[in-house]
Amino acid sequence: MTDQKSTIAFVRTHMLEQLPPPRGEVGPAKWIKENLFSGWFNTILTLLSIFVIYTALSSIIPWVFGGVWSASSLAECREILDGAHAACWAVINERWQQIFYGTFFPSSEYWRTHVAFVLLLVAIAPVLFETVPRKLLFVTVVYPFLMVWLIWGGSLWGPIGVAAGFIVAYYAGKIASNYTGSGLSALIAIVAALVWWFFVGPLVVGMLDSVVPLLPLREIQSRELGGFVISMIIGVSGIALSLPIGIVLALGRKSDLPLVKMMCVGFIEFFRGVPLITLLFTASLLLNYFLPPSVTFDLTVRVIVMVTIFSSAYMAEVIRGGLAALPKGQYEAADALGLDYWQAQRLIIMPQALKISIPGIVNTFIGLFKDTTLVFFIGIFDMLAAAQSIRANSEWNGITWELYIFIGLIFWVCCFSMSRYSQWLEQKLRTDHR
Amino acid sequence: MKKSVFMGTLAAAGLVATGAMAQDAGSSTLAAVKDHGALKCGVNPGTPGFAAPDASGVWKGFDVDLCRAVAAAIFGDPEKVEYTPLTSAVRFTALSSGEVDMLARNTTWTFSRDVDLKAEFTGVNYYDGQGFMIPKDLGVSSAKELEGATVCIETGTTTELNLADYFRTNGMDYEPVPVESFTEAQNQFLAGACDVYTTDASALAASRASFENPSDYVVLPEIISKEPLGPLVRHGDSEWGDVVRWTLNAMVSAEELGVTSENATEMAAGTDNPEINRLLGVEGELGAMLGLPNEWAFNVITMVGNYGETFEANIGESTPVGLARGLNALWTEGGLIYSPPFR
Repeated sequence: MTDQKSTIAFVRTHMLEQLPPPRGEVGPAKWIKENLFSGWFNTILTLLSIFVIYTALSSIIPWVFGGVWSASSLAECREILDGAHAACWAVINERWQQIFYGTFFPSSEYWRTHVAFVLLLVAIAPVLFETVPRKLLFVTVVYPFLMVWLIWGGSLWGPIGVAAGFIVAYYAGKIASNYTGSGLSALIAIVAALVWWFFVGPLVVGMLDSVVPLLPLREIQSRELGGFVISMIIGVSGIALSLPIGIVLALGRKSDLPLVKMMCVGFIEFFRGVPLITLLFTASLLLNYFLPPSVTFDLTVRVIVMVTIFSSAYMAEVIRGGLAALPKGQYEAADALGLDYWQAQRLIIMPQALKISIPGIVNTFIGLFKDTTLVFFIGIFDMLAAAQSIRANSEWNGITWELYIFIGLIFWVCCFSMSRYSQWLEQKLRTDHR
Repeated sequence: MKKSVFMGTLAAAGLVATGAMAQDAGSSTLAAVKDHGALKCGVNPGTPGFAAPDASGVWKGFDVDLCRAVAAAIFGDPEKVEYTPLTSAVRFTALSSGEVDMLARNTTWTFSRDVDLKAEFTGVNYYDGQGFMIPKDLGVSSAKELEGATVCIETGTTTELNLADYFRTNGMDYEPVPVESFTEAQNQFLAGACDVYTTDASALAASRASFENPSDYVVLPEIISKEPLGPLVRHGDSEWGDVVRWTLNAMVSAEELGVTSENATEMAAGTDNPEINRLLGVEGELGAMLGLPNEWAFNVITMVGNYGETFEANIGESTPVGLARGLNALWTEGGLIYSPPFR
């Protein structure tokens, strides 16, 4: 207070620029310090891991990227590499068609699998994403028939004839419901469809075919299918069919009707208790013991049926888990609103139960898709069999890793996309406030 | 495809009513094959030289040629074959269930397979024997020194049983590494999963030829078994067995008589050798006795070739498999290949 003028203002009139935090306390450096070198034990582990990763990569990376891409045989590859240790990707370059389209698929018809694949994407888009125009659902409905026509060939009348069976059933049921109850008219619809499929339909289709074959494509036998194409056919059919069947089985298992319940429990427990390979052997080998020698029952269809049955049993249990996880109040709320059983299932129960079950459902899908490789054992030339037959050719005898890595990569891409989609869907459907 | 699905479902439904009639023993396989329009032939999914699809998906190989020969005999068209690739474990079931009409899948003719498994072997198209291959640095020069070795072995094969017998007779122990296929065995062996790889000597030679450094591996001198490999059909249809048997015999006889795919057309005009005339259908009615067209053997020889020709084209010394005729030379040249006379 002695001399006011000499007082030094010690309060800043303006803010200082913020200093960056010390370099060791921010960004990657901090992360590394905290996570990798916190203490002597972690430091040793880190150094060890770095060493292991380095040794692995230092042999893998040159092997992968130093590989030979164009050669016509393994011997030529070895000549080009001249003792160096690297991959011979030339086998993929030369034979990738056999892995993708199958060993026996005629190369002039490859375009059909391309069209079928693009249409598949269009057909599943409206099912997977709700922003896609609803009108595309039409493609989804007709896709199964188009796919059969595109892959197996023949005239389009055949698939149209099968599709007509559903229309026949619909109208038969509708007309019958004017006269009888809903149970009996459903039965009438089913009988009408069966009559159409087995007696009237084949005649009509045969007649139409003889008059004018509609867009006939070259016929392709089931045993000519293989590679990635057969995995997709079996996988996609299995996935598309096992979900609805699984839902029905899960509901059946929780049903109050003893007969329905017993049948569903029996079905699920039987097929879940048997290895898939056993079912496939039954389909391919044992079925012939019971059929007259002249009857041929398409092998691909047999396999699809078995794979579907097998995964529906799993699917039913996954969905039952979702149903069990729903609070009882939801069921009671549905009853209180005066909804009948199917309305309650459709509007209240299933949307929630399915949402809960998404990880399990996708898990089953991925398992199913990978299980398609088992068909190798019953003589279907899937990707693994194609690899084996490529290796049995004198040019490529002795090659292994390249083929399996390539096939593994194809499976990984498919399964990883399924897994990403399911995570996205879970995120989107999340309604809780956690 | 749709039609067969319809029929299959119908048949499955009808089954309940008719009971499991299964394979009607009285039905003729030959008639069924003709009716179907193609021969269903079970082959190996991939053994170099014997059966494997090539780059354009066409089956090639020594065993495949036998399927083609039978198709040529029946239809006059060697392409009318539907190939079913079979692993060694399922081949007999596939044959007895009717999934295939014949097996040409390097299968060893043994007593129990012939008698107990109800298969009928219709000849031998390759005389093989089981051998051992080891890496050179194992420092072993005889199979008798393999005490305690780990051995890669294909499951469900005669080689598996021979191996057990051989080690037991010689009072040695071994540790088996079971593998499912030829190619898997090869990889396991190269990766060092086993010290010894044992299978038929022909396959060992083919396998060794494909290695990066063949000279690092040796095939031991011991051949421990007889492996007569041949085609087989189901028990109980001798007429069908005859077709397959005599197709193979026709190929052998053709080589013996000097009939090749090149000169057969010329010889079919008629020769001074009555046996050639009978074989080619110029004289006699041999084809009709089999229920086949009279020029059946002519078709086999012109479309597929005689035994020696298919051998040279698929597994002979000029091919990468590089097998010598050895035991598989004609009996007139010191081998075992012999056909009963065409009379």
